Amino acid sequence: MDAVTDQYAIRVSDLVVGFGHRVVINNLSLDVIRGEILGLVGASGGGKSVLMRTIIGLIPKMAGRIEVMGWDADTAGGLNGHFGAPKWGILFQQGALFSSLTARQNVQFPLRENLSLSQSLMDEIADAKLEMVGLSPDDGDKLPSELSGGMTKRVALARALALDPAIVFLDEPTSGLDPIAAGDFDALIKTLQKTLGLTVFMVTHDLASLKTVCDRVAALADGEIVAIGSMDDLLHSEHPWVKAYFHGKRSLMLHKKPD
Amino acid sequence: MSSAPLLNAAIVGDTLELRPTGSWTVLNADLLESLFNGVAPQLASAKRLRVDFAGIREIDTIGAWLLEKMSRGAEQAGHPVAVTGIDERHAELIEDVRNVNRGKRAARPRPNPVLARLEQAGRTAFSAVGEVAIFLQMLGAVGWALAGTLRRPRSLRLTSLVYQTWRIGWQAIPIMVLITFLIGAIIAQQGIFHFRKFGAESYVVDMVGILVLREIGVLIVAIMVAGRSGSACTAELGSMKMREEIDALSTMGLDPVEVLILPRIVALVIALPILAFLGSMAALYGGGLIAWLYGGMSPAIFIARLHEAVSVTHFQVGMIKAPFMALVIGIIACSEGLKVQGSAESLGRQTTTSVVKSIFLVIVLDGLFAVFFASIGM
Repeated sequence: MDAVTDQYAIRVSDLVVGFGHRVVINNLSLDVIRGEILGLVGASGGGKSVLMRTIIGLIPKMAGRIEVMGWDADTAGGLNGHFGAPKWGILFQQGALFSSLTARQNVQFPLRENLSLSQSLMDEIADAKLEMVGLSPDDGDKLPSELSGGMTKRVALARALALDPAIVFLDEPTSGLDPIAAGDFDALIKTLQKTLGLTVFMVTHDLASLKTVCDRVAALADGEIVAIGSMDDLLHSEHPWVKAYFHGKRSLMLHKKPD
Repeated sequence: MSSAPLLNAAIVGDTLELRPTGSWTVLNADLLESLFNGVAPQLASAKRLRVDFAGIREIDTIGAWLLEKMSRGAEQAGHPVAVTGIDERHAELIEDVRNVNRGKRAARPRPNPVLARLEQAGRTAFSAVGEVAIFLQMLGAVGWALAGTLRRPRSLRLTSLVYQTWRIGWQAIPIMVLITFLIGAIIAQQGIFHFRKFGAESYVVDMVGILVLREIGVLIVAIMVAGRSGSACTAELGSMKMREEIDALSTMGLDPVEVLILPRIVALVIALPILAFLGSMAALYGGGLIAWLYGGMSPAIFIARLHEAVSVTHFQVGMIKAPFMALVIGIIACSEGLKVQGSAESLGRQTTTSVVKSIFLVIVLDGLFAVFFASIGM
């Protein structure tokens, strides 16, 4: 593996995605550096989730190149066939937990499907993962319908991390959580990213999590990346949409000096 | 990138020295577990333990947990454990894993199997009573909603009612007609075949006529409707329940029974008699066709004999049953739909229950009607 592929976890170049005649993503290029937390912002319905779902192979692209950990998405079988759970973990917006399995079985699912381990070891690993995301082993016996929104997200994160993947995709991880829970979740992502050395690709609207956890932020507008860089770079960006986003009423807290 | 994991175990004096090397990651998980199992007996007998992490190139949660499990086992047995050589990159993860699974999981009490079986039987019997209550409750709710609609006819959901009738009735016509046509034909064929032995072939018309008009026409159609439309009702209401749509309706001051359930049940009550009528006609047509082609009885004779054999009473008996069967199917389908809980599995279970229960009740109802009509001499 050469130095370039080593440096980047995800490389997207000249990507075009559309549905019918409507082009949602137009000639988009984006690189995600290994070991960083990249936050992706954009207008609602502006194609953030489409971009994420295209990278993970759920939506077909019309043109362009997607490379994940040095693998080209066009190679036979697509990326899901190549790696699936051992290489990446995905946290869907609604959690997407399997509703007929308990929380523990949900976390064990990737282990059970990809490895041949004894049941006791899988139980221990699932409990360890649940504990790492801040749940107690007793929560593991609950069914997804018995979990609160925050717990669902935590279990979904534990499942995404079950096989210690190198890349984690998070689709609005803090949406629907109260500020305390959202803050906890941000801290959790940061800790896990540091301990496990993850690359995190995060679609979010949460200004606080952008500021506190993201190493870099990319802004998606009109189907392309209009600004990318650290939070400070984006705050000084001249692009009208980025300006409106980071200088709106709700963004005032970003500019306050910490006391 | 990844190199095979190894575990060197050496006994120095009374100390067991463990030197894990290579990649202790999920990619080698199967191998790691066998390595762990390999040293387990030595771990149990060792008095002191030293774990040297220096040879580890990569480690993740699984590897860290297995190594932690080794030292934890020794710790809990009261033996001194020394851990050395942890790479800075891995320190945080190893430290994290050191703290997990410390709490004891509350042991779940294992119930006595005999008692558990008894308890289950008791609960089933108890829930059977509950089922009757739910049925009556739904019947009452629908009756109440119907009364409200009759008082204020403007509150009737006409669009919904027409749409449901179109779906349950109109769209079902081809399949219902086809199936009853085939059933009528099969009955006639079997009748001709067996009656021929006694030279009583002409009585096939009586058999087909009475059987179809009194029983088969309505019964087959009701069973088909239970499978086709009852299951759809359950699944629709169930997924609405799962997505909190029914709660949303209630909070807007609307009665879900009036908005969702009444149109479906009324549509069933309208559609089933029509379908039963069409089905009976198709079955008679099928029977007549077979009598002509297979039994050599011309259509004119078939119709003339049919005219003698059946009376309007037979037709009435069949038709009177239809709306009651529709009501039972509708109430079962809707109350099962509302019982759906959060999971996809429960949606499937409730849909199955709905179909099985409504077919069962349709047949029971048919039997009760048979007794009733016999006693009043119809």
